[in-house]
Amino acid sequence: MMTNDDALEAQITQWRNWLRRRQAIGNSDVEELEGHLRDLVADLRATGLAADEAFLVAVKRMGNLDAVSREFAREHSDRLWKQLVVSQGPDDGLNRSGLRESLVVLALAVAAGAAIKLPQLFGYPHIGSGDGLVDEGGVYFLNLSFFVLPLLAGYFAWKRQLDWASCSRLALAFAAAALVINVIPFVPTGDTEILAGLHLPIALWLVVGFAYAGARWRDGCGRMDFVRFSGELFIYYVLMALGGGVLTGFTTVIFAAIGADVEWFALQWMLPCGAMGAVIVGAWLVEAKQSVIENMAPVLTRLFTPLFTAALLAMLATMVWTGSGIAVEREVLIGFDLLLAVVLGLLLYSVSARDEQAPPDAFDALQLLLVVCALVVDTLALTAIAGRISEFGLTPNRVAALGENLVLLVNLTWSAWLYARFLWGRGTFTALERWQTAYLPVYAVWAAFVVVAFPPLFGFM
Amino acid sequence: MNISKDLVAASAAPLVLAILAEGDSYGYAIIKRVGELSDGHLQWTDGMLYPVLHRLERLGYVEASWATADSGRRRRYYRITDVGRSHLKTQKRQWQVVDSTLRGIWMEFSSMPDGGQIPAQWGVAPT
Repeated sequence: MMTNDDALEAQITQWRNWLRRRQAIGNSDVEELEGHLRDLVADLRATGLAADEAFLVAVKRMGNLDAVSREFAREHSDRLWKQLVVSQGPDDGLNRSGLRESLVVLALAVAAGAAIKLPQLFGYPHIGSGDGLVDEGGVYFLNLSFFVLPLLAGYFAWKRQLDWASCSRLALAFAAAALVINVIPFVPTGDTEILAGLHLPIALWLVVGFAYAGARWRDGCGRMDFVRFSGELFIYYVLMALGGGVLTGFTTVIFAAIGADVEWFALQWMLPCGAMGAVIVGAWLVEAKQSVIENMAPVLTRLFTPLFTAALLAMLATMVWTGSGIAVEREVLIGFDLLLAVVLGLLLYSVSARDEQAPPDAFDALQLLLVVCALVVDTLALTAIAGRISEFGLTPNRVAALGENLVLLVNLTWSAWLYARFLWGRGTFTALERWQTAYLPVYAVWAAFVVVAFPPLFGFM
Repeated sequence: MNISKDLVAASAAPLVLAILAEGDSYGYAIIKRVGELSDGHLQWTDGMLYPVLHRLERLGYVEASWATADSGRRRRYYRITDVGRSHLKTQKRQWQVVDSTLRGIWMEFSSMPDGGQIPAQWGVAPT
């Protein structure tokens, strides 16, 4: 049995939360209005009203929240543009922890920027010198992940307050990977070395996922959050890279105007250090903004799903019309891998943004059409290639491309099946979501396989 | 008696400024003062006061600051600025002109034989 005052507090809390959802009404306004409401209730109770009666009358006097919020919006139209405010106003209690986080992020970003310069201390050449990128022995290329991903995982370990056991597991994973990649006796600039360098970040990204989701990695929601995070981070990173490019260009040009050549600085410091630090800063921005700004990846998905579907349909129609098959070039598989990866990305990010309870709609049908088109195109490509794969010979690149094609094909085929069941009312959307999140480790396992098993299989070529 | 929305909206700013000219105050107290001054005839929707206060703040007529009241709760106190005072003076002159104009014509009605009914030729539809 709740006392009157408890019930009143609960009602006021509910009212406050209701008010908070209005974009135009800021936090300090909510506090001010709540103070007003409490004064009103207190005065009304003093005249003899019961707590719940007083609350009802007070809420009525405060006025229709829609109308009040419209007035606020007229006064503060800027608030309707959601702002990613990194530091709050001076009278905000959250400020101190926000400041601490900014400092941690700054320190980690600087550390990531410094880490990429570390090999230089051990006598390796600059990553960028006057005539472009120099990377003797592939040190930078193979170890690129280790300059920033451990720090990123560290940021999440700090933010999620992971226990020591989890932290040491993360450290162990990174250490083991670093050891393996550096002791494999690669033939310099051989295929297996390049493949290892390309696949290692994919495998290690899963380790970052462990740190990101913490204990929630075991359930699908935690993994789906990591998928959302990855998409947003990618978009933020691209935006920051554009900004960084402009900054670098301007710096070079304005220094050239005063007769100083700073190209070496741009190549050796700004570019590599900025590229590393931006990962940490991007992660922090995504963390800070997740509840503030609409996710961008699902928006892009909405825009491009119809366009990709149209492109694939047009291609299939042209094939039927002209009767021409897929021209089997040597590296055609990689192109179709990319196609499947893009389609999977479109599927994944529309799944990540969809309300799983909502009934099927036209967009779902379009999504299924896209996946089916991609499957048809890929099957055509595979049959065309199958006859000639032995003729081309099994190089590491081709086996890797074939394996990736298989990994993506399995995912998309089963997704199409689950999607179709959902559209015909035989299955739930949750099943599709679970399939996608359960499949995530497969990519990492395959990538790790390419890194570790391919070099010995193909004689370190 | 219900006062029309337009009239309430038009009188809100000068009324708030005038109350703040009496001394610093906070939202709830301003609403109570309005009730007292108008004998309860001017009923504002309480929530609507705050957008008005924010507008006055943006225009520089009032300043706001948080302070802890005796009850232990934080309140936002508003203080009228010098700009606000001079704006209030202008407003006062404008309202006095409106008031005296209306007063003049009310006088003419009350001296009429029908006791102040608004003449039909003014085109005001009977309510």
